[in-house]
Amino acid sequence: MGGQFFRHFSFFSATLSFFLLVGIFAILFTYAQEALAEFGIDFLSADTWEADEDDEGGVFGGYIPIIGTLLSTFIAMVIAVPLAMGIAIFLTEVASENLAKPVSIAIELLAAIPSIIYGMWGLFYFAPIVQSIFGGNGVGLLTAGIVLAIMIIPFMAAITRDAMNTTPNILKESAYAMGATKFEVIKDVIMPYSKAGIIGSIILALGRALGETMAVAFLIGSVMSTVKHITDPTTSIPVLLANNFAEAQDLEMSAMYYLALILFVVSFIIISMAKFYFLGRKSAVK
Amino acid sequence: MNRLVLNKIILTLSTLSALIGITFLFWILATLTYKGIMSISWAIFVNDLVNGGIRNLLAGQFVMAILASFIAVPVGMMAGIYLREYGHGSKLASIIRNLSDVMMSAPSIVIGVFVYALLVDPFGSYNGYAGIVALAIMMIPIIISTTDNMLSLVPTELREAGMALGGSKHKIIVQIVIKAAKVGILTGILLSFARIIGETAPLLFTSANNQFFTMDLSGQFPSLTVSIYNLATYPDEASRELAWAAAFILTIIVLCINLVGRFLIRNKK
Repeated sequence: MGGQFFRHFSFFSATLSFFLLVGIFAILFTYAQEALAEFGIDFLSADTWEADEDDEGGVFGGYIPIIGTLLSTFIAMVIAVPLAMGIAIFLTEVASENLAKPVSIAIELLAAIPSIIYGMWGLFYFAPIVQSIFGGNGVGLLTAGIVLAIMIIPFMAAITRDAMNTTPNILKESAYAMGATKFEVIKDVIMPYSKAGIIGSIILALGRALGETMAVAFLIGSVMSTVKHITDPTTSIPVLLANNFAEAQDLEMSAMYYLALILFVVSFIIISMAKFYFLGRKSAVK
Repeated sequence: MNRLVLNKIILTLSTLSALIGITFLFWILATLTYKGIMSISWAIFVNDLVNGGIRNLLAGQFVMAILASFIAVPVGMMAGIYLREYGHGSKLASIIRNLSDVMMSAPSIVIGVFVYALLVDPFGSYNGYAGIVALAIMMIPIIISTTDNMLSLVPTELREAGMALGGSKHKIIVQIVIKAAKVGILTGILLSFARIIGETAPLLFTSANNQFFTMDLSGQFPSLTVSIYNLATYPDEASRELAWAAAFILTIIVLCINLVGRFLIRNKK
């Protein structure tokens, strides 16, 4: 029966996401086994990354790329959150409909540009500007953080705008009728109403920034050294993987899988948090 | 009076942030267009990378993205159909919906590592199939989510009308529900295609890259994005110019597909 087949195929397709997630975790965990056994949890705080000359063993610690990932994401979030909020407020409350539409489309197009373009543009056009203002040699943590911010702003702004748009007009109108200013309506009506969605969008953008590879790869400097100054070059987990994964051997390879596993688990937790926050609120509203 | 001033300040700041956002869009597009037009020539479309062109890279990137769509579109659509039509309201469907959303945001480089372990390591060489699978894994969750959303917009009355005529569940889905949601799903497919055609990270160590024109998926496969990454970091001016030209073309492709998608959905309304 066609109907039966159709039904089974659709069920099988649906469960595929589950098997993919489990499969990714299982594969990364298996291949990371060697490094897990050798370094254990100390891997997180060890800052040496050196292969032996025969390429078979070595000492590998994930501290530098882990810190690099966290710091570049932190810088990006500090810049992106206020700007994205501002854009969302502009789109929902400030701009007239005739203005909001094209700006909305522009912001969404900005979100569609591939990350490698941001990286390349950042390397040739933005890094020199950062260098002339903050010193350093152009590429480094700060440049990576700023370009990462530019990249996640449109994404964050679009979701925040959608969340803010769910505020019923009648609530806003009641506040206006009481003599509230626009800012007071935003602060006391829209923000509390769409709080869950806004926080969700921030966490989703955070997850995206953590795992971003190409934009950061051009800009962070890709060197295994700890940062002492904000403009210093360093590396992040995705960038280390992008540049060195394919050439690594044995234990170093396993250490790379270990890093990939850490990144995967951390982003899994962050994204699930955002989703459950969203969903918890959504069902409460309905 | 104070609160009126505060109001003005905040609204000005918000307008300013929108201006900053737009400025960056135009800045990026302007530099891309300028550098792109300066370095673009007819020769790059008829030569392969080995001769300083991008013909093989464009072909390779499109072949991988299209073949990935051949896997991702049916699987993603069927999964979306399950979530909305068969499993609607069930615990299982809601778990799968959440997991699929999580997959959608999984770091693309990790997917590259996963596919490397699965399809490159055991065979001992980079290959086009691995690149296709990596892209398909990125695409499936997006298709699931758009299908799911678009089917949810189809009024229940349509399904009921189908049932009243004695249609079987699968007939109703294929002949009524999917037809009603056609435009939305097509837009979702276009947008997700635009997303994966610009992906670099999942291809770095799956398909890797190839300087020559090839349609042999069992070996290293040419990729436009991976080439941009390599070319942009070479010190010589010719490579950089080619990288700009490639980046310009890639951006035009991605933005055009996006605009077509948006136009489709707008026309429907």
